[in-house]
Amino acid sequence: MNFDEALAAFDPAMGLEVHVELNTATKMFCGCPTEFGAEPNTQTCPTCLGLPGSLPVVNGKGVESAIRIGLALNCSIAEWCRFARKNYFYPDMPKNFQTSQYDEPIAFDGFLDVELADGEVVRVEIERAHMEEDTGKSTHVGGSTGRIHGADYSLVDYNRAGIPLIEIVTRPILGTRERAPEVAKAYVAQLREILLGLGVSDVRMEQGSMRCDVNLSLAPKDSGLLGTRTETKNVNSLRSVERAVRFEISRHAEILSGGGSILQETRHFHEDTGITTSGREKSDAEDYRYFPEPDLVPIAPSREWVEQLRSELPEPPRVRRARLQEAWGFSDLEMRDTVGAGALGLVEETIAAGAAPQAARKWWLGELARRANEDGVEVSALPITPADVAGVQALVDAKTINDKLAREVFEGVLAGEGTPADVVAKRGLAMVSDDGALAEAVATAIAANPDVADKIREGKVAAAGALIGEVMKLMRGKADAARVRELILESLTSS
Amino acid sequence: MITRSAAQLAAALESGETTSAQVTEAFLNRIGAVDGDVHAFLQVDSDGAMAAAAASDARRAAGAAASALDGVPIAVKDVLATQGIATTCGSKILQGWVPPYDATVVARLKAAGLPILGKTNMDEFAMGSSTEHSAYGPTHNPWDLDRIPGGSGGGSAAAIAAFEAPLAIGSDTGGSIRQPGAVTGTVGVKPTYGGVSRYGLIAMANSLDQAGPVTGTVLDAALLHEVIGGHDPLDSTSINAPASGFVEAAMQGANGDLSGVKIGVITELGGDGYQAGVLARFNESLEVMVAAGAQIVEVSCPSFVHALAAYYLIMPSEASSNLARFDAMRYGLRVTPDGDPSAEDVMRATRDAGFGDEVKRRIILGTYALSSGYYDAYYGSAQKVRTLISRDFEAAFAQADVLVSPTAPTTAFKLGEKLDDPLSMYLNDIATIPANLAGVPGMSLPCGLADEDNLPAGFQILAPAMQDARLYRVGAALESLLTNQWGGRLLDRVPELGGAR
Repeated sequence: MNFDEALAAFDPAMGLEVHVELNTATKMFCGCPTEFGAEPNTQTCPTCLGLPGSLPVVNGKGVESAIRIGLALNCSIAEWCRFARKNYFYPDMPKNFQTSQYDEPIAFDGFLDVELADGEVVRVEIERAHMEEDTGKSTHVGGSTGRIHGADYSLVDYNRAGIPLIEIVTRPILGTRERAPEVAKAYVAQLREILLGLGVSDVRMEQGSMRCDVNLSLAPKDSGLLGTRTETKNVNSLRSVERAVRFEISRHAEILSGGGSILQETRHFHEDTGITTSGREKSDAEDYRYFPEPDLVPIAPSREWVEQLRSELPEPPRVRRARLQEAWGFSDLEMRDTVGAGALGLVEETIAAGAAPQAARKWWLGELARRANEDGVEVSALPITPADVAGVQALVDAKTINDKLAREVFEGVLAGEGTPADVVAKRGLAMVSDDGALAEAVATAIAANPDVADKIREGKVAAAGALIGEVMKLMRGKADAARVRELILESLTSS
Repeated sequence: MITRSAAQLAAALESGETTSAQVTEAFLNRIGAVDGDVHAFLQVDSDGAMAAAAASDARRAAGAAASALDGVPIAVKDVLATQGIATTCGSKILQGWVPPYDATVVARLKAAGLPILGKTNMDEFAMGSSTEHSAYGPTHNPWDLDRIPGGSGGGSAAAIAAFEAPLAIGSDTGGSIRQPGAVTGTVGVKPTYGGVSRYGLIAMANSLDQAGPVTGTVLDAALLHEVIGGHDPLDSTSINAPASGFVEAAMQGANGDLSGVKIGVITELGGDGYQAGVLARFNESLEVMVAAGAQIVEVSCPSFVHALAAYYLIMPSEASSNLARFDAMRYGLRVTPDGDPSAEDVMRATRDAGFGDEVKRRIILGTYALSSGYYDAYYGSAQKVRTLISRDFEAAFAQADVLVSPTAPTTAFKLGEKLDDPLSMYLNDIATIPANLAGVPGMSLPCGLADEDNLPAGFQILAPAMQDARLYRVGAALESLLTNQWGGRLLDRVPELGGAR
């Protein structure tokens, strides 16, 4: 059933669970480093390998990050909470229980106001944000599916075991109807922006440092009921979040309208095809036998500490955006494009370095965005600083170069040829400011195009464009077009 | 040599009368001579011990002893991780596992210069009161080789009673240091919870476990306690306070003066179910203490009657989770069933073959108690009982400086006698469990031989949390008074074993 038909008959309810790996230097319960990409099983110790006798010690920085995340999501922070053991067997879990939090999360009862593309704001309620440890990473070798069943053998890398995770769980998100996929994506995007602003995580979805599970159910339209849900695991890009919600809505609708019922299960999302397939059945019989972790003492963050962390929180993204938009005089569309391109901070720094807001926006979203797109990287990953961009614009403002030359300057900076001034000097890009040389070129151009000159003399000033082009060609672009125009008009109208 | 106390050996080392190499060799020889009968040890590390002894002698020769006990050898219960020495916890499932790290207690023993003779036998994963649940065969009580040495730390206690080691380390979750001490005529101390690091102590029940000294005298226990105790940043439940004043308290107590000390006798820990000879020795000890100036008060701890039930919910719950890691994936035994087994099949087969019946019994109990729908009724209720027991202790300690009881209801029973009756076995710990549930420290010391069977009876002293020094003060006084009365240590009366003294 297609999406529109599905929404005509059903109301979707969503619940989003986002796992975020914190960027602490060490793991949640031991002193092992957390660096991504090391040789397998080189960042391990008795504790994160779960060796007999080993004990956990809580990473204070991890608790601090959890509290800051909770505060940024408008949560209450527990005055007293504990870790709990979540018991289940799996080869990548060294202790066969995960040290997590159960009924006493560090942060709870918050919300996030999510802004959609058209400016509509949807409030997503946060049920809880809790601390836990990551598991090891299994690689199943052989077999067709890459899953444990049917594999010839499996490899486990425990470098990831014990990396601090924060799990952020929403309450059911209701009433979003056809905008559900968009809301889901915007929620995750905005959460990502907040976490980036807090500096607590790399939030790289492609590296798994931010992972999203999508719970979705449908109920008959306007019934106010909640249907049986499925949980689509590890949806690992913003676009996939949107697609997974959209796919599951259609899939559920198809089954329900055919008289079938939804199986409560986990599902896997496939990036390539955009569909989900059945994972394991998640019956109510699953019992993690949670109980308070006896090896750790309760966490009781003082109110003074919590208030201090609150006072040090960065400005919330929406507030910051509103403030900057007002200061810069951007239109809504310009602002959305800037944010969407991931260039908000870059533009802000470029303006701080002296460029006019529109100029800063123009370069980052124009020339530089084009280059980033060509290179297949984020615009922030280009080897150029906001100060460089402001420097280019300063050269334009000083009429040392024009916009066309500026593109060459960017090329030089990106190629590692130095600062904008260096590139201008090395490549000889400075415009000719000597009127004598320009006048010579103007005279040459007029002589070569007598009919155009006549039209101008007759008052058809718009025809000057063709002569300006000629002059620029003669000057190899190194001329201020406005000055060239003045000189042409002067020489054709004054005598 | 081997019958001397650790304090006497330390003095002989300090004076130059003997060397650690001579002392260590003497104990290794004794182990070689009698351990075939006693089976206190699972591993003997002769080379490691002799190397450590040589290093100790070099330090002493240079006038740089690492501690008062530098050079005095020690036996370590196989529940503690020892780098480079196989550590099995008395279980087949850990057969062949050689830890890549030392438990903090072991690291502190090494830093203090104590040569480690080997690892002592225990009930599998410390589950039992007789050492019969060891996967490697039982330990025999040196007082009567047909009898149990207590458990779970029967190996450490028997090693002391058989003069195979002057010092040993045990671990006590519900009485595993104190009950073996009682039935072997030795001294055992369970420190305040958090007083000794649990890092490297393979957990049975994390909220109850505590490692502690197993020795021949109260002073030896105090000396050892000061070596192993104190804050450890690797154990979050470790108390940030120094382990000091124990030796001083033991020295003070040794003068036998108990003037002004209020001793509370716990009504609920005595009477029905306690062997007459055990109660007789206990009551005589009270009289001796009164004669030495102590004041006796009777205190009631009504919640103690629920202690055993609460313990047998909390302990298996924690144990069921702790033991989940033994799954053949990373270390220890691996049993691979025929055919094309999945990881889960391997886990199942390994756990089936690797765990003994008592361990399986407790895993099942704990798994059940933590199950959704049963948690509140079992684990939740047990935690409430625990709170009530702590309140009983608070009220009792408001009336008395220390509390006392017989350590165990009976003397050592015969090997095999209770093996098929787990409930009867569990009752052995009825007097020791309350201290674990409340986290308070306890000591058992010998108070004589029961008339019925001529076997040792134990006297238990309990103190408020962090007041372990009171155990040493009162324990040393009682030890001194009884030793004077007997004209020598009780251990001097242990029967001759195969080897020469």
